[in-house]
Amino acid sequence: MPLAAEVPNLTPSDEIVPDKGTSLWLDAWHRLARNKLAVASAVFLFLLAIACFIGPMVVKNTYYAQNLELGPTPPSASHWLGTDKLGRDQFARLLIGGRVSLMVALCATFVSLTIGVFWGAIAGFVGGKLDGIMMRIVDILYSLPFTIFVILLMVFFRDLEAQFRWLDRFGIPFNLLLLFGAIGVVEWLTMARIVRGQVMSLRKQEFIEAAQALGLRRRRIIFRHMIPNILGPIIVYTTLTIPAVMLLEAFLSFLGLGVQPPMSSWGLLIKEGAEVMEEYPWLLLYPGAALAATLFALNFLGDGLRDALDVRASKD
Amino acid sequence: MFRFIARRILQFIPVLFVIATVTFFMLRLAPGGPFDEDKKIPEEIVRKIEAHYGLDKPLWQQYLIQMKNLLKGDLGPSFKYPKHTVNELIAEAFPVSLQLGGLALLVAMALGITSGLIASLRPNTTSDYVPMAIAMLGICVPTFVTGPLLSNYFGLKLGWFNPGGWFFPEDRVLPALTLGFYYAAYISRLTRGGMLEILNQDYIRTARAKGASTSRVVLRHALKGGLLPVVSFLGPAVAGLLTGSFVVESIFNIPGLGRFFVISAFNRDYTMVLGTVLFYATLILVLNLIVDIVLVWLNPKLKFE
Repeated sequence: MPLAAEVPNLTPSDEIVPDKGTSLWLDAWHRLARNKLAVASAVFLFLLAIACFIGPMVVKNTYYAQNLELGPTPPSASHWLGTDKLGRDQFARLLIGGRVSLMVALCATFVSLTIGVFWGAIAGFVGGKLDGIMMRIVDILYSLPFTIFVILLMVFFRDLEAQFRWLDRFGIPFNLLLLFGAIGVVEWLTMARIVRGQVMSLRKQEFIEAAQALGLRRRRIIFRHMIPNILGPIIVYTTLTIPAVMLLEAFLSFLGLGVQPPMSSWGLLIKEGAEVMEEYPWLLLYPGAALAATLFALNFLGDGLRDALDVRASKD
Repeated sequence: MFRFIARRILQFIPVLFVIATVTFFMLRLAPGGPFDEDKKIPEEIVRKIEAHYGLDKPLWQQYLIQMKNLLKGDLGPSFKYPKHTVNELIAEAFPVSLQLGGLALLVAMALGITSGLIASLRPNTTSDYVPMAIAMLGICVPTFVTGPLLSNYFGLKLGWFNPGGWFFPEDRVLPALTLGFYYAAYISRLTRGGMLEILNQDYIRTARAKGASTSRVVLRHALKGGLLPVVSFLGPAVAGLLTGSFVVESIFNIPGLGRFFVISAFNRDYTMVLGTVLFYATLILVLNLIVDIVLVWLNPKLKFE
């Protein structure tokens, strides 16, 4: 064991200076900061988010303004990424599409996070029969073709849009809300499993028993001792869920089931680009590259976080 | 083992029942119906058609009739292809999807396991980084980007293949590659991870110490255990291949069940949608069961519970 080497040779005259304690989080932060790929990914995602949320307000072209006389043009000084069939500026559409894609990813991940954490935590805490039933349900849902259900939800509830017009006043298209919900209710299964496993193993740990023996209240045990220990895997898995959700959104938009024009999303842009890629390849390349680069960054960041928070080791 | 299989198959019944019920009511409670056309059909005719299919009865009666028919294995007539039953349509379209999925799985396993093995033998060297970088690329570039690119480049530019269609044997190549590459990437990463873990085990060191050659150690001793993560991934992978084929079938214009399903969902072809969902669900349940059996067979630590 390498531990032996770290024990300093102390003579009585040595003053013992206690190591400055580092928290789990500070430790993880240092490890993450050393991972160049993960840091670069985080910076990229941060810049991307700023560009997508502020960009559309700054760029002089709008995503919906058509210019039929102009038609499709390759990238130029006035249209950085060219224009599409209807003469719409691709750069503006890419930015607003990125905003939609990121928003769908974040919101749908949030939905799945909430369901998954609650489901897993309840199953883990209560244990026994209830746990058996809840996890059996997860197992069964796992084995189902869930993308099919998302497709069904998207197709069949689109026509309810007329009744939800009032949502537009708040700037939330019904379609997007449906997308969050449909993806969110599908992607929570793995999260539930992870949280339950974590809670189960924590309950048996000595420091929790010690806390119980010391007479700490249940709430304090949960908030002070359990949640900080479960947070690592949840953060890591959330980072890895976001790319999966983005991909699903793009998949649905590609099939014509997600975001509808004139709104844009990367999946929709890829669909429109793929239809005309023979003549106007840039219409496919840029949104494709944007999506791929973002997925890259999210995956690298997720991997980096997993290493930094040492999630895999703590699971074994 | 037979008790395990029998119990799992018995579990299919409630699961499929719940799926059928949920799908049925989801289809019916959503607005719109199969006979709302853009062109107005006279009210009277619509009512006649609906009476013909029993859509005029109260919903609960329709549900009971549907369930009774399902028990007999009769998925009913299609609303949009009036001369065919859903059973016939599935029997016609599924072999195409099966072929596409099977070939893609073959591509994924061949590419994925080989590259994962190569990467795991010399970790943290070029022969590890290159395959892993390509695998990351495969995971991050979705099929609906690679598909059109391949179709355009090899189909239209180079003219090696037809850009779409499903007529000649060579038409299978591009769709199978498109669909298979993503899973190849996943399998490659899983193979590498699994092999690295196994290669550090004591029994591998023992085999090496006894003078077994590297190829013997890898193929004979390590591979079986190292592939466990790959085998457990096969369950979700097959489900993914089936749904992934929706996109690939529409890119390459392939008359498979996936495309049929999306079209019927758009058309609100109730019986066709319900039939396809149940068919896919059964298929995935059975395949998952097979994967579980194979897992126990590969891993002596597991037992049929």
